[in-house]
Amino acid sequence: MEEKARAKIDLNRVPMPRQDPKVRRRNFNEVALGYTDEMALREASRCIQCPKRPCVAGCPVNVDIPDFIKAIRDGNMPEAVRILKSKNSLPGICGRVCPQETQCEAVCSLGKKGAPIAIGRLERYVADWERKQNPGFAKAVDLPPPTGKRVAVIGSGPAGLTCAADLAKMGHSVTIFEALHVAGGVLMYGIPEFRLPKEIVQAEIEYVKSLGVEIQLDSVMGKLATVDELLSSGYDAVFLGTGAGLPMFLNIPGENFNGIYSANEFLTRVNLMKAYLFPEYDTPVKIGKKVAVIGGGNVAMDAARCALRLGAEEVYIVYRRSRAEMPARREEVENAEEEGVIFKFLTNPKRFIGNEQGWVTAMECYEMELGEPDASGRRRPIVKEGSEFIMEVDIVIVALGTTPNPLIPSTTTGLEARKNGTVVADETTGKTTKERVWAGGDVVTGAATVISAMGAGKRAAASIDAYLRGA
Amino acid sequence: MYRIVAKEKLCPVIDCFKFEAPAIARKAKAGQFVVIRVDEVGERIPLTLADWDVEEGTITLVAMKVGTTTYKLSCLEAGDGILDIIGPLGLPSEIEKFGTVICVGGGVGVAPIFPIARALKQAGNKVISIMGARSKDLLFWEERLGGVSDELIVTTDDGSYARKGVVTEPLKEVLERNREISRVIAIGPAIMMKFCSLTTKPFGVKTVVSLNSIMVDGTGMCGCCRVSVGGVTKFVCVDGPEFDGHEVDWDLLMSRQRMYLEEEKRSFELWKLRHCQCSS
Repeated sequence: MEEKARAKIDLNRVPMPRQDPKVRRRNFNEVALGYTDEMALREASRCIQCPKRPCVAGCPVNVDIPDFIKAIRDGNMPEAVRILKSKNSLPGICGRVCPQETQCEAVCSLGKKGAPIAIGRLERYVADWERKQNPGFAKAVDLPPPTGKRVAVIGSGPAGLTCAADLAKMGHSVTIFEALHVAGGVLMYGIPEFRLPKEIVQAEIEYVKSLGVEIQLDSVMGKLATVDELLSSGYDAVFLGTGAGLPMFLNIPGENFNGIYSANEFLTRVNLMKAYLFPEYDTPVKIGKKVAVIGGGNVAMDAARCALRLGAEEVYIVYRRSRAEMPARREEVENAEEEGVIFKFLTNPKRFIGNEQGWVTAMECYEMELGEPDASGRRRPIVKEGSEFIMEVDIVIVALGTTPNPLIPSTTTGLEARKNGTVVADETTGKTTKERVWAGGDVVTGAATVISAMGAGKRAAASIDAYLRGA
Repeated sequence: MYRIVAKEKLCPVIDCFKFEAPAIARKAKAGQFVVIRVDEVGERIPLTLADWDVEEGTITLVAMKVGTTTYKLSCLEAGDGILDIIGPLGLPSEIEKFGTVICVGGGVGVAPIFPIARALKQAGNKVISIMGARSKDLLFWEERLGGVSDELIVTTDDGSYARKGVVTEPLKEVLERNREISRVIAIGPAIMMKFCSLTTKPFGVKTVVSLNSIMVDGTGMCGCCRVSVGGVTKFVCVDGPEFDGHEVDWDLLMSRQRMYLEEEKRSFELWKLRHCQCSS
């Protein structure tokens, strides 16, 4: 019996069609092309609809995964959309950038025997299907009668958008204040077009707006108005979803030479300001012949792959630990490697060397070795004495991570922040030390993932709703 | 869209715009700046506030035509608008009763020095202002700056108007004749601020400068505007724009300002090609 049951299950997932690496390394079009109807049906049919449903608990926003997969299998796409969007307002984004391999897919029952269901790819398929059906984005949910309560959400990244959408669905009036000239936060300025097309981000933001959420752009809170002023001018509650926007540098000699960028600056120029279309767009970015990206996270991969697409001849990832310790998603590392990014592990810059005009020309690096595990659980990199060598470069992109912007904590009375800039907030509710103020996402945790920020936005929305209803 | 309510040509290459921006006007303080973006393909550039009016709900920006963005701006008239104005950004000028202060404005720097001189005057200081330009036709706001100053000295590099020479000469003379000067504030091209700082250094007078580095977001996010002040890296957008002129690494600032010269030229050439009718 058991043999027979097993034989029926396909243990191999349907592969995702992608642009050929040789072609895509020189264009900004999306790398992953998405499932066809036939592929989606085949992948959805692999789901055994196990009674334990571990994937639902593995999802930070608890999407009813087996149910939407069943709807795909049944050919009932509107139902798949309804199930997905009842928990997740940004499925086209999550289907593309969530680290499913460490979340829902990591706990999939099929994973014990073979490959887990490609949940992310199916999620993307459902979101893309809906966008094709309703280019104008019809409302997917009926809104309850207005409660008359007003909430200000600061920041329109994943945390803010999710919190705002959920609050709107609960009948509250929500205004999002965004500092930049477009909404989306890191989804717009950070993640590149070839991984997350901006059209998809804007379509999902249009959906959030269709729920009645108002978005005020060009509004730097803390400068244009303080949190205290929002609370005294008619807002009943404030949610801080301001992210982690400040770049970290190495703090080594020569770091201010021309040609050395923070990953934030490089990616903002390329993604938000569309420097890859210069001079059609006015914002320039330096392309470089030999580019070194310092760091081993997803942002480093994004920066390296952008540099390649801009036309750099050689692009290096310079990382002080080894491949095993890299925080980047494996899929992104593989994509980068396929495209020709060269990895230099166990290497760390000591100083930058420049020419008389102030341009970086090289960096002196140390070779590193791995010692005992450190606080992060990864083996600590140690400098090999006397191992210095020179690496010629003309562009350097520093991708060491980011910390929260101190603007809000420094202008808000009674809001406690830690030394690293993160705002103190309750893990389950998002409540901060200040009355009527909630926070969630990178501003609380430090730089993390899109979906964990969305989870925090969702939990905060529930807590804000309970407060507004006097519970 | 931020509407232009008034435009005045101060001289052939310098325009003064009054924009409808009531929320920014309400919060504006002397020394702060805004970031603007003219159109959908436009760059984000910082401009220091030249004035604001809370009642009217307007802010005033003065821009010299130097590249694509400022030429685009110059083609606009009252009634037109630009896509984005973000602000007020940066830390305000330190305004208190210092005693006697010197405000130096060079070139288009006369515009941002004006509200600072006014605030210092209102705070009870004796304000000596020095303004300079390359030639007579580049001078503007002489009366305005004079109106908030106890004394005004005007220079032109070529001697086409008022005193011939650069601003550092009268600056030195005023410092020599008046030992009571408690502070100098200088705004203008980097090279002028550098030499003002060098001039005041031997007198030991605190000298504040407003740095004009390249920015993208203007909120601390990108680090494009980083400068070295007293050997420490600072972001002009959030730690400044005003710093102690005696501590600024001027060569680094000027080198970083030149980072995109090639691209700026290319962008501007393309723009001129497409908009020859109003690029005169």
